[in-house]
Amino acid sequence: MNIIRYQNQSRSDLAQAFDRFAALRDEMDRVFDNSYSPVFRTPGSFSRWAPALDVYQDKDQFTVVAELPGLKKEDIELSLQNGVLTISGERKQEKKSEEGYRNERFFGRFQRSVTLPTSVDSSKVKATYEDGILKVVLPKAEEAKPKKIEVSVG
Amino acid sequence: MNNVSQENQKTGQQSTEQTAYVAPYVEIEATDSGYVLYAEMPGVNREGIEITVEEGNLIVAGHRQPLAVSGEPLHRETRQLDFRRVYELDPSIDANKISARIEQGILTVNLPKAENLNPRRIALD
Repeated sequence: MNIIRYQNQSRSDLAQAFDRFAALRDEMDRVFDNSYSPVFRTPGSFSRWAPALDVYQDKDQFTVVAELPGLKKEDIELSLQNGVLTISGERKQEKKSEEGYRNERFFGRFQRSVTLPTSVDSSKVKATYEDGILKVVLPKAEEAKPKKIEVSVG
Repeated sequence: MNNVSQENQKTGQQSTEQTAYVAPYVEIEATDSGYVLYAEMPGVNREGIEITVEEGNLIVAGHRQPLAVSGEPLHRETRQLDFRRVYELDPSIDANKISARIEQGILTVNLPKAENLNPRRIALD
């Protein structure tokens, strides 16, 4: 092998054994922690990979953040229907030489959906895609915003 | 599970600063003229990339930009950790000609082989 993952050869066998253990743990992290893992696909999704996704809320809006490195803007599709935001698209693999060396990356179609807890104003939804991160800002509908109600105790 | 601190693996000693990293997903392509490495580093821009060649190792690191979002997380899957991965360099790679770029979170590193493979006759003085 010409390019290999780092291993420190000058260290003792025991230390190396622990390194191997650490590498195994790394791999386990992948399986259990990482939402990219094909083992834990999004239910109902037939895609090979599902991007990691966050949802944030403040009093005025929801922000949905998805990690989608290496896409083209035009290959990302967004839809909002009945309070469900769906992010889908395709990561295309460029045709390269047949001598692929090692690949851990996922290609193909993906889809993820988020059910928003309250209604949003669909006409004011804004999305940006920068540094491989998709950010969708969904302002809450007026009736869904928290309101302060004065109660007079008489 | 916790993240493996790769810093300790590298130096073999306890570092005072315990920095956790995640290994980016990588694709390595072999070509006639060398290798091309693609690493997925979402949230990393040009300024956040650090590529070093040290003692025959290639170290690729990516520092994430903080997420600009307001409010409290309702649901969270992303890990806001920096990326780091170390590879042993093939000695035939010309370290001075390594070049890199980042586009939409994909770091591309070109690792060309040295061109001095042609036989040469050396004349005596």
